[in-house]
Amino acid sequence: MTIEDQQTTVIDLSSLIGKVESFKNQGCRLVQMHCTRIEDNFEINYSFEKDLSFRTVRILVPMDTEVPSVSGIFWGAFIYENEMHDLFGVKVRGMNVDFKGNLIRTSVRYPFREPVFKGEGEGPCHERS
Amino acid sequence: MSRKIVIPFGPQHPVLPEPIHLDLVLEDETVVEAVPSIGYVHRGLETLITKREYPEYVYIAERTCGICSFIHGMTYCQGIEQIMGVEVPDRAHYLRTIWSEYSRLHSHLLWLGLFADGMGFENLFMNCWRQRETVLDVLEETTGGRVIQGSCKVGGVRKDIPAATLERMLSDLDPFEIKLKELADIFLHDDSVIHRTKGVGILPPDEAYALGAVGPTGRGSGVAIDMRMTGYAAYGKLNFTPVVENDGDCYSRCAVRVKELFTSIDLIRQAIRQIPEGETEVKVKGNPDGEYFSRSEQPRGELVHYVKGNGTKHIVRSRIRTPTLTNIPPLVKMMQGCELADVPVIVLSIDPCIGCMER
Amino acid sequence: MSYMKKSPWIMHYDASSCNGCDIEVLACLTPLYDVERFGIINTGNPKHTDIFVVTGGINEQNRAVVKNIYDQIPEPKVVVAVGICATSGGVFRECYNIMGGIDKIIPVDVYVPGCAARPESIIDGIVTALGVLEKKRQLMKEPAGKTDVTGGEKK
Repeated sequence: MTIEDQQTTVIDLSSLIGKVESFKNQGCRLVQMHCTRIEDNFEINYSFEKDLSFRTVRILVPMDTEVPSVSGIFWGAFIYENEMHDLFGVKVRGMNVDFKGNLIRTSVRYPFREPVFKGEGEGPCHERS
Repeated sequence: MSRKIVIPFGPQHPVLPEPIHLDLVLEDETVVEAVPSIGYVHRGLETLITKREYPEYVYIAERTCGICSFIHGMTYCQGIEQIMGVEVPDRAHYLRTIWSEYSRLHSHLLWLGLFADGMGFENLFMNCWRQRETVLDVLEETTGGRVIQGSCKVGGVRKDIPAATLERMLSDLDPFEIKLKELADIFLHDDSVIHRTKGVGILPPDEAYALGAVGPTGRGSGVAIDMRMTGYAAYGKLNFTPVVENDGDCYSRCAVRVKELFTSIDLIRQAIRQIPEGETEVKVKGNPDGEYFSRSEQPRGELVHYVKGNGTKHIVRSRIRTPTLTNIPPLVKMMQGCELADVPVIVLSIDPCIGCMER
Repeated sequence: MSYMKKSPWIMHYDASSCNGCDIEVLACLTPLYDVERFGIINTGNPKHTDIFVVTGGINEQNRAVVKNIYDQIPEPKVVVAVGICATSGGVFRECYNIMGGIDKIIPVDVYVPGCAARPESIIDGIVTALGVLEKKRQLMKEPAGKTDVTGGEKK
């Protein structure tokens, strides 16, 4: 049983702002934004919803690319953008509320880029053969 | 012209059991701006997914938050099942629905208690938590755990509820509902509650939608977003309409939760009456390859678990977008222009779950 | 509980718990378990506190907060680590941001096991803490009151 159809479109960085604006004009709400590291690139997802139809746009950019903020279009986006910055080190340009890396204070800088774990090789969580 | 001062609120604050920190910019007694800062409970548990095999990560997902742990586990399982095309047996869907609704009852009663405590209404706090124990007893009897159940797994559920127990759960709901009606009467009609909550922390409907408010925070402002309408688990087969209030103040948000107690009871009744016989789990073979945004309605609102697999037993990325994170921008807006003394009530009114939010 | 000479006040801090143990600590104070009948009160003020109850493991941001609260509590004081995360880091032990149990930062007297710890074991832990508190109080009265008593009582 499929719960819902989800469309994901991959777009260019240059058309991001225009695309997000068009979602705003259609009356969508911003569901979430998040980042995944794929080798040396960041895959950044922007998910929108209107009347239970769920759509995602995705950009794939090299890790040091500066990404424009969408907080000018969706005011609440700052929370996701700061989170992406603090966890992955995604450079976001022009956030309306910029915590400058202080939203989530972590022991490691940009911890989700290359996750490190403690206690390697001990306990039941050790890589099983 | 008055001077602006900044007052730190939290992280350790008598009103909230959890640490959140807000810098409140005040002009006399009025809050001009509120700047949240989080990270006191950040564990970084999403990274653990690369260490664990995908069926094991259910336990981590459940421990994202101890209040809505069942729904976290279920949403993650749903995501994996959608990627792998696993057909979960119907009975498992119904059991998941029943446990989800009991979780919602326990979470809402917990919140109503804390909210009463935040207003200084100690007696009501105690009464809410007394009723909550009834719900926890059911959860403990049927799953073995009071707050962390561990009964959901990829491919179904770990435990079945015997028919006799279901029968008794059904008949126990009647006296429980009467007790809840007494509580609801106080929350909806008592002068001191109304005095503290009416017209406080207003979030207008258009702003609520634009800022992405979800769950009771959005529904208290007339935004009828409820993920149960997508029909995951057995919700598609049950009769259900979301509770919506239109005033957008703390009273509305409280009223939504009070009324949802009764929708939950109703949903549990329907589910127990309709539950089909059969298996409760299927064997899952292979590894997930693909991605899915699994969405569900947690007591605090829409929960999104994004999972991306690459065909190995380790998932590449898990992203948990919890409702509290989304409700932070609306909270910031709500607090502009309120009085300092109302800050605790307003913060509580979005039902902040910091453990969830920071993961 | 004949050794209970006074009503201990507890303070609860959520280090980086998932909330499971926190709500069980609160559940102890409410009608079914009702530890308030023994005069145990949950206070928000460290200066009023006898027993410091911590849930969850230590992370980068809250280590200073926990240390600070601990330092503000007057002697004699007892620390109770509630739940497996407070004891050792638990399921989150491998996370980069978790430093481990509470005993990495402050001395712990009583460890309460469980995930989430059940109210019964939390109450048992607090009752054990009362014994430790009394011992510490007597040690303080002795002239060489500086003896280290933070041996850690495993339950």
